[in-house]
Amino acid sequence: MKFAVIVFPGSNCDLDMYWAMKEIMGADCEYVRYDADSLVGFDGVLLPGGFSYGDYLRCGAIARFANIMSEVIRFAEEGKPVFGTCNGFQILTEAGLLPGALRRNDSLKFISKITPLNVVNNQTKFTSEYEMNEVIQIPVAHGEGNYYCDEETLAELKANNQIVFTYEGENINGSVESIAGITNKSGNVLGMMPHPERAMEELLGSDDGKKFFASILTNFGKVTAN
Amino acid sequence: MMKLEPTAQEIKDQRIYAGWGLTDEEYCLISDDILGRLPNYTETGLFSVMWSEHCSYKNSKPVLRKFPSDGPQVLQGPGEGAGIVDIGDGQAVVFKAESHNHPSAVEPYEGAATGVGGIIRDIFSMGARPIAILDSLRFGELDTPRTKYLLEEIVAGISGYGNCIGIPTVGGEVAFDPCYEGNPLVNAMCVGLMDHKDIQKGQAKGVGNSIMYVGAKTGRDGIHGATFASEEFVEGVEQQRSAVQVGDPFMEKLLLEACLELILDHSDILVGIQDMGAAGLVSSSSEMASKAGSGLKLYLDDVPQRETNMTPYEMMLSESQERMLICVEQGHESEVVELFKRYELDAVTIGEVTDDGMYRLYHHGEEVANLPVDALAEDAPVYENEKKEPARIQEFINMANFEPDVEDASETLLELLQQPTIASKKMIYETYDSQVRTNTVVRPGSDAAVMRVRGTNKALAMTTDCNARYLYLNPEVGGQIAVAEAARNIIASGGQPLAITDCLNYGSPEKPEGFWELWTSADGISEACRTLNTPVISGNVSMYNETNGKAIYPTPMIGMVGLIEDLSHITTQEFKEAGNLIYVIGETKSDFNGTEIQKMQKGLIEGKLMDFDLAVEKANQELVLSAIKAGLVASAHDCAEGGLAVAIAESAFNNQLGVEANLEMPIENLFAETQSRFVISVQPENQTAFEILAGEKAGKIGITTETGELKMTAVGGEIKVDAKKAKELWEEAIPCLMK
Repeated sequence: MKFAVIVFPGSNCDLDMYWAMKEIMGADCEYVRYDADSLVGFDGVLLPGGFSYGDYLRCGAIARFANIMSEVIRFAEEGKPVFGTCNGFQILTEAGLLPGALRRNDSLKFISKITPLNVVNNQTKFTSEYEMNEVIQIPVAHGEGNYYCDEETLAELKANNQIVFTYEGENINGSVESIAGITNKSGNVLGMMPHPERAMEELLGSDDGKKFFASILTNFGKVTAN
Repeated sequence: MMKLEPTAQEIKDQRIYAGWGLTDEEYCLISDDILGRLPNYTETGLFSVMWSEHCSYKNSKPVLRKFPSDGPQVLQGPGEGAGIVDIGDGQAVVFKAESHNHPSAVEPYEGAATGVGGIIRDIFSMGARPIAILDSLRFGELDTPRTKYLLEEIVAGISGYGNCIGIPTVGGEVAFDPCYEGNPLVNAMCVGLMDHKDIQKGQAKGVGNSIMYVGAKTGRDGIHGATFASEEFVEGVEQQRSAVQVGDPFMEKLLLEACLELILDHSDILVGIQDMGAAGLVSSSSEMASKAGSGLKLYLDDVPQRETNMTPYEMMLSESQERMLICVEQGHESEVVELFKRYELDAVTIGEVTDDGMYRLYHHGEEVANLPVDALAEDAPVYENEKKEPARIQEFINMANFEPDVEDASETLLELLQQPTIASKKMIYETYDSQVRTNTVVRPGSDAAVMRVRGTNKALAMTTDCNARYLYLNPEVGGQIAVAEAARNIIASGGQPLAITDCLNYGSPEKPEGFWELWTSADGISEACRTLNTPVISGNVSMYNETNGKAIYPTPMIGMVGLIEDLSHITTQEFKEAGNLIYVIGETKSDFNGTEIQKMQKGLIEGKLMDFDLAVEKANQELVLSAIKAGLVASAHDCAEGGLAVAIAESAFNNQLGVEANLEMPIENLFAETQSRFVISVQPENQTAFEILAGEKAGKIGITTETGELKMTAVGGEIKVDAKKAKELWEEAIPCLMK
């Protein structure tokens, strides 16, 4: 299985994503520039965190128009795995691949810390390796991670089991129902504000993110983690 | 409309140069001795910024010469963008700190942000990948809206820039004293990692080679920023705001990646590279030429400009951010243009290298400056200023020692934990992305931050430190202690100190008392650096930190990096589990002058500074490091502000442990700040081995418990507080004051 880490101008967690998937999980991985035309030959897309286009205008609002995004949308429609964290999540909502929007944290401050998350749905292709309601320690680092959607969308998210992660205990950024991560209706696109790719080694404080990437590899492909 | 510039004669007659910071003597030196004619408007401007203290170090050079800067580990000492130290395996660590005090005082967000941006450029211009940022901040007391605003905005500026560019902010320090009320300190340090083979120099050599300008366009921001930084603040004078630049971290992220690609993949065509920092285009270009013994021609019509009708004076003195100057082999310019284009950046040839040692500028077809390049970059006069010991120093020596009032030691500890200098800085560092690029092993909140070095079993420990109160009482010994405390942080983390960088923050050097403080503390710093084998490899000087004639405490911020030889040596300050034995390394005496408890109870700092012995310091540090390397230490914490009681409490907080300790000393000594001490914990199975190694240097004082109670008994009293409650007060103190 081969993954594309999409690099936008201003992406800065591209290395972390690449490191997690390639060096820790042992999957094939390549950086793909925002202005590339094609994702032919790839089996999955990883949208890293960072400040694409400086987060100017609005987070993810410019990146969604990047050349490569039409290919990312094709991937999503074809049922291939598309994962976006942090700025990647923001881009996915801006591109309409996931419902809702990310607003400024209710504290109006950037938040960086290791945060407990509740895996409220382990029936997805991204979380099958976790136990139901397992509490995992995952770093967050964002200024605009306050997930918002209207009541109708929320009802739909619930009805389709699209809510995957919630903040355990403190709702750190004011998200609707403490939502930290969701999938699309068909379950092949996942966006989340926390960074599982930063939780791959105990040396760095947590390796609770490994099961996330292992789930992707198990459910979308046949490569096993080393 | 172009403004008409004053003629050379008018500049002389109206003493326009004086408004730009040049003295009459300096002006005469330029016109009579160097040029043999009157400098024109542009030329006068070039000299005024290049001869400012900020660029020329004309007042501080004699001081800086005292610092030891050599050592077998040093690959690059002071003089380039940053210093470089060998860490083995063909790799090196690069670091430097820089102050941005004056800009941050008038425009805190942008002042702090561009401070971070500037120091990052210094690191990658050497060929290194920036891996971490640390920030050392000083504020007045958190009791005025202005100070709260400054803290809020300065922290937001650091967070805004560092988070966006994607370099983790991993450490630093924040301290509060009334002397910084009108003049906060913002010192940013950046650490980079590189291979020896990629080391770059800021040089322009090889006749006919091209000078290329890369990065953001030039605007009118920051003109005379360097001069501005070399003056004091005067109340009611507000026009200085225009001298502050505006940062764009997104632009710098692109510039960083493009420059590193150029350096790493095209070293064959790259001759030299330098950041356009203070005094922008003029300082970078003249320094690059002067270092290589070359001359330069610059064609200013080709400089990318953000605003219309910019004059040569404005272009040369602008401090617009996110710009670099590079020297490229003739004939390879288009390769550079193509490379930068892929990052959506401009790269433009604006000049060429000559061999006549002259610095020539052309604009609209005319020569607008023609000066010896060394005169600009090298020949600023050096002043050996008058020194005079301030009257307070003798008064302090003759004063009776401060005796704290410790009636209820529990209450005293809780009060101390809420002093903003001691209180948790969580509210601040949780707004910094400390983990991006996934190398951060020890995040903010411990003695030093630790970054692993990918592909090796090594790590780097880094810290900033300075207790300026000690320097206020005794600059020489205080200077020694600043270096020693930084080293203690590195040691407690399991690292061997390698070298230091510094930001020398002082008052006016033109006042004999101010210069004496600088001069004397440099002696102390130098001596400690020699003893601890940590040469000074880079740094900067920020003087004129005065408001309405009153100077800050002498504050030489020490930034130190250490090498952790094996990941298993990484040690943090928190006690790990109940049942571990607690030891204090080093002797405790009744040292209360200059301490947090003195400030808290008396409202000021005074008296004779405690004794300090570098030999004892070194021995204690060596003991702790060897015990760590032997695998005998579960936790280690430097004992600093607030003394033993605070150090023990801080060690207990993270894992919610209790402590049962019995100290054979007067109860008030639990708050003494005697130097050279560590609080460490040891697992019971290592007790014998540790005690044999430590001998009499370590005293067992107690044990960690599960009770959740901090209990410390001493002669004449005891501390008995709920650890959870104490931690809450410690964590909530700054958020409460900020409300």
